[in-house]
Amino acid sequence: MIKHLLSAGDLDRADAIRILDTAEELLGVASRPIKKLPTLRGRTVVNLFFEDSTRTRISFEAAAKRLSADVINFSAKGSSVSKGESLKDTALTLQAMGADAVIVRHQHSGAPHRLAQMKWTNGAVINAGDGTHEHPTQALLDAFTMRRHLAAEGEDGLEGKNVTIVGDVLHSRVARSNALLLHTLGAHVTLVAPPTLLPVGVEAWPVDTSYDLDSSLEKADAVMMLRVQAERMNASYFPSAREYSRRYGLDTARMNRLPDHAIVMHPGPMNRGMEITADVADHVRSVIVEQVTNGVAVRMAVLYLLVGGAPTDDSTDLEGTA
Amino acid sequence: MVTSSDGPVTGAGASPDAGDASARTVLDEQDISRALTRITHEILERNRDAESLLILGIPTRGVSLARRIAERMSDVEGRPIVAGALDTTMYRDDLRLKPARALEHTDIPDDVDGKIVVLVDDVLFSGRTIRAALDALADLGRPRAVQLAVLIDRGHRELPIRADYVGKNLPTSLAEQVKVALVETDGCDTVSILQAVTGQGSAS
Repeated sequence: MIKHLLSAGDLDRADAIRILDTAEELLGVASRPIKKLPTLRGRTVVNLFFEDSTRTRISFEAAAKRLSADVINFSAKGSSVSKGESLKDTALTLQAMGADAVIVRHQHSGAPHRLAQMKWTNGAVINAGDGTHEHPTQALLDAFTMRRHLAAEGEDGLEGKNVTIVGDVLHSRVARSNALLLHTLGAHVTLVAPPTLLPVGVEAWPVDTSYDLDSSLEKADAVMMLRVQAERMNASYFPSAREYSRRYGLDTARMNRLPDHAIVMHPGPMNRGMEITADVADHVRSVIVEQVTNGVAVRMAVLYLLVGGAPTDDSTDLEGTA
Repeated sequence: MVTSSDGPVTGAGASPDAGDASARTVLDEQDISRALTRITHEILERNRDAESLLILGIPTRGVSLARRIAERMSDVEGRPIVAGALDTTMYRDDLRLKPARALEHTDIPDDVDGKIVVLVDDVLFSGRTIRAALDALADLGRPRAVQLAVLIDRGHRELPIRADYVGKNLPTSLAEQVKVALVETDGCDTVSILQAVTGQGSAS
């Protein structure tokens, strides 16, 4: 198993399946009278959030707490970061407090990578979204949700499933992580976006691309709508919200053209009326709320597998005694 | 085929008997079957109120044994009784000593509250797995009583835990390993004692 979770591309198939299988078992914890496991008792997990977040932060917090870890929440607002403290100094402070895992959300792509590579912290670094780069645990929970709905009995991956990811791919770390992970799991990914919202170099991704949403609906097993990230847009990427919505929004008419078993996903937060209509968001085929529930189980699995065992230093792998 | 395991089976890498001249069979298929039948009757004898029994196996081999006991119980009681599975991995006290391992399936067929839970495992050794199982059980509810059934009790307890139903008491030295093989997981039913080869250490 890897030491840090920085990119969905770092996961090979075996690791990814292991995380999903572990999450499958941990999902049951949420329905028990005592929603807690003693596994990470005495370990410290730091939520290091330089960027706003609701569901990812509380999801990680709930996951860590259900595993009995001590959680320290750090958000850049109201901290010394606003006084100009660097990422390095913040990280060294956390290291001095003995963090076993650092969950990083940062507005700049590559920040978690730097944190892990420079060894500013000894703990496991988990990327909770860096700039427009990656968001691996979101991809894992999406894959987990798809597997629960789409995979047949006995299938552990997503072989042959068609996943259509629609919208602001350019600014979406979710799209990139999903493209990498879903490819690893055997699914076929199609990215649909206006030409202005596809990143440079997308032809090197293991995906197909299209500018036309309607043509890829009929064969889709899952459709994932992405949020139009207005806060990251410093130019006009499309003429108007109304035009975007007409061409790339998921409405009831488009949803009805999906195969009967297909599911509708959204990583949240949603712009209702923009990329997805309220009717579709609240429809029975939408698994958006379930994605949030699954997110806690998947993050518990990641925390358990990265932090729960013996520290994977370069120490020799001694077999313990019974 | 995993050894003396007092716990969930990890890939200890033990190759099936190949060339283990020192392996000595202590129970064969018939012996195991008789022991399980006896344990089944002992459980039913001790707990007249079979309605409130809940049989939970501890993965991996304990689950197979629990299913066999539940099958025999169904025959005696004349109604279907299903066994469940209780994974203890997240409650183990040696998690920090080894890399994180995969979880086994937990399946609790019925509400635990007020039930008489019979835990089933293959080998009772240090007692640490059972300690973990008791903790896991406490998080699932409050059973009226918890009893323990094991196929083999090999001694060397490290905690004040004993079994209520024992297939066979097997006095062993710490250098020996007890191998339980079951049809469900290993293709055959045998229990054998194996002299640990020097340098190999005790696996699992």
